[in-house]
Amino acid sequence: MATQTRMPVAAGEAAAVVDRIRVSVPDRGIRHDVRAVGIVWRRELIRFRTDRLRAITSLVQPFLFLFILGTGLSTLAGGGLPHTGSFDFKTFIYPGVLAMSVLFTAIFSAGSIVWDREFGFLREILVAPVSRAAIVIGKCLGGTTIATFQGVIFLCLAWFAHVPYNPALLLSLIGLLLLLSFTLTAFGVMMAARIKQFQAFMALTQMLVLPLFFLSGALYPLTGLPAWLTVLTRLDPLTYIVGPMRHLVFSYLHVPPQVAGLISTHLAPSITWAGWVVPIWLSLGIVAAMGLVMTAVAIAEFSKTE
Amino acid sequence: MAAQTGPAQADTVQTRAGPEAKQFGADAGPETVITVSGLAKRYGDIEAVRGIDFTVARGETFGFLGPNGAGKSTTIKILCTLANATAGTAIVAGHNAATERDAVRRNIGLVFQDTTLDTYLTAEQNLRFHAELYGVPKAAVMPRMRQVMDMVGLWDRKDSLVSTYSGGMQRRLEIARGLLHAPHVLFLDEPTVGLDPQTRSSIWAYINDLKSREDITIFLTTHYMDEAEHCDRIAIIDHGKIVAIDTPEALKASVGKDRVQIHTADDQRAIAELGTTFGIEAAVHDGAVTFSVAAGEQFVPRLFTEFSIPIRSVSVSRPSLDDVFMSYTGTTIRDAEGGAGNEFMRNIHKLRSGRR
Repeated sequence: MATQTRMPVAAGEAAAVVDRIRVSVPDRGIRHDVRAVGIVWRRELIRFRTDRLRAITSLVQPFLFLFILGTGLSTLAGGGLPHTGSFDFKTFIYPGVLAMSVLFTAIFSAGSIVWDREFGFLREILVAPVSRAAIVIGKCLGGTTIATFQGVIFLCLAWFAHVPYNPALLLSLIGLLLLLSFTLTAFGVMMAARIKQFQAFMALTQMLVLPLFFLSGALYPLTGLPAWLTVLTRLDPLTYIVGPMRHLVFSYLHVPPQVAGLISTHLAPSITWAGWVVPIWLSLGIVAAMGLVMTAVAIAEFSKTE
Repeated sequence: MAAQTGPAQADTVQTRAGPEAKQFGADAGPETVITVSGLAKRYGDIEAVRGIDFTVARGETFGFLGPNGAGKSTTIKILCTLANATAGTAIVAGHNAATERDAVRRNIGLVFQDTTLDTYLTAEQNLRFHAELYGVPKAAVMPRMRQVMDMVGLWDRKDSLVSTYSGGMQRRLEIARGLLHAPHVLFLDEPTVGLDPQTRSSIWAYINDLKSREDITIFLTTHYMDEAEHCDRIAIIDHGKIVAIDTPEALKASVGKDRVQIHTADDQRAIAELGTTFGIEAAVHDGAVTFSVAAGEQFVPRLFTEFSIPIRSVSVSRPSLDDVFMSYTGTTIRDAEGGAGNEFMRNIHKLRSGRR
C-alpha cells in the first residue's frame, strides 16, 4: 500500500535535504497576506468547480421566475404591459431576476464559513499566522467571483427576454453584478462570523433573502405604491442596484419614442427619496459602501474570536 | 546551498540555518524550546490548569499524560496561542504565546483532536492551502510537499479527495500538513484518539520515523498509557496540576520493583530458598513463583548462579505506566475518567462524546 512509496525517494532525498533548509517561513508582510487572499479565493473556486450540482440548482430559481412567472404574468397583462401596448413582462423583470441569480450563490458561498466551522476546517484557517483581513477579503472575493459567474450564465439567456447582446450593455451589467455579488457576499460573511450552526444560517438567510428580493422592485415598478411599501422599498439595499440595472437594460432596448417615454415614467422610474431623485452614482455608492462596511464588520468579528 | 547536500542525518543541525534560526537561537538558547512557568487557566469557577511549570528541550518528545478533563487540552491550547492564560507565561520557540502569537504560530505545527481537513479538496489541495497560508516560499512548496507526504506514505494518494481517506490516513495527512512549514515544535493533541489499535501503532511508526528525519520537538497529549512509552519525558497531569515529570524509565523506577516470575521443579522449596538465600518473600501466583525485586534484570543472573533448584523459565516485568499513574494519583486512568464526584470532568466527557 502507501508505505512502499516512502522508500523510492532516494533520488529526491538529496534535493529534499536542500529544500528542507530553504523552508523558513518569513515574517508577516503584505506579500504573505496577498498570497493568503489568493489561496482563500482559489479554494472557493475549486469548491465551486467540483460542486456542479450547486451551480445548476442555484440557476433553477431565476429560471422559474423568468420563464414561468414571467410568461404567466405576461398573459395577465394581455400580451403586453399596461401603458406600453406590447412590452413583454419578461423584459421588465429580467434585470431583477438577473440580480436574483447572484443572490443565493453569493450568500451561500459565505455560508461555507459556518460549514467550515462545524467541520473543523475554519480552525486550520484561523490558527495560521495571517491577518484576519486577508481571510475575510479572500472569502468575499471568492464569493464575488462565483456569484458573478452565475450571473454571467444567466446573462446568456438575455435573448429570451428580448434584451439585445450589446457588448457595452453586457460589460456594464457584469460590472454591476460584480458590485452586487461583493456586497451580498460581505453580508453573508458578516452573518457567518456570528452564526455557529449551518442550519441556523440557512434558515436566517432564507428568511432575509426573499423579502430583500420582493422589496427591491425586481418584479414590479416602484411607482404608485402605497406609502408604507414605498418606504420599505427605499430601505432595501437591493433596490439601489436593481434600479440602475433596469435603467441600463431599458436604455439599450429598441422601442418607439412614445413607449420610451412611458418606460421612464412608469416602468423604470428613478429612485426617489421624498421626491428627490437619487443619482445613479449615489445609488451604486450606497451599495459599495454597504459592502465595504460589512466587510469591515466581518474582519472585526473574526479578529475578536482569535 | 552547495555545502549542505550532506546525508540526511547530518543535515538536521543545518536545517535551521536561516536568519530566523539565529534569532530563535538567540532568544531561547538552542536547548529549551518550551518554557512554561506558573501557568493557570480558569473558566468561571472551574480551574482547568492550576499553576504548572515545565520546560521542554529541543528534539525531545514530550508527553502530557492524564485522564480526560485533567487540563491537557487547555494547556496545549495556551501553548498554541488558541487560549489566553489566566496567569503565568508560556514561551514557545523563543516567543511569548500570549503576546507574539504570529511568531509562535509560524514556528509550530498543529494536529488537533478533531480533523481540520477540507474533505472536499484533494490531499494536495489541502497541503497547498496550508503552504500559501503559512507563506512557505513558492519554490519550496512542491518539494517540501512531496517530502512530508512521502514521510507519511500518502504521496501516491495526493490527488484523491480527502473524503475518500480512512480515519488513519486523514490523521497522517494532518501530521504531514503540520510539518509542511518546517515548524520547530509539532503539537499533537491526542493524535491517535478514535483510531483502531492497528492504525494507532502505524501512526506511531510514522511519528517515530519523522523524529529521525526532521529536527523537531514533539509535544503531545494522550490518555493512552501505552503510548506514553514513546515519549522521552512525560508529565503526568491530574486535576490541573503536574504530579510527576520525568522519563518513562525513571517514573517506573520511582514506583518501585520489577515483578519476577519463575517456573521451577519444586515451587515450595524454591520459595523457601528465596527466603533464606536472598531474603525475598515469594508466593505462587498464576501457577508461578512470583516475587518483587528492584532492578529485576540484574537480579536474574544472580538467581541462576546462586540458586540450587533448576529453573525452567523466568520472566521479568517492569512496572507499567498504569502502575505509575496509580502510584501518583491513587487511581487508575480509567477510574479517573469514569470517576464520580468531579463535575467538570464529567461535563467535558459529555461534551466530547456529544461532538463525535
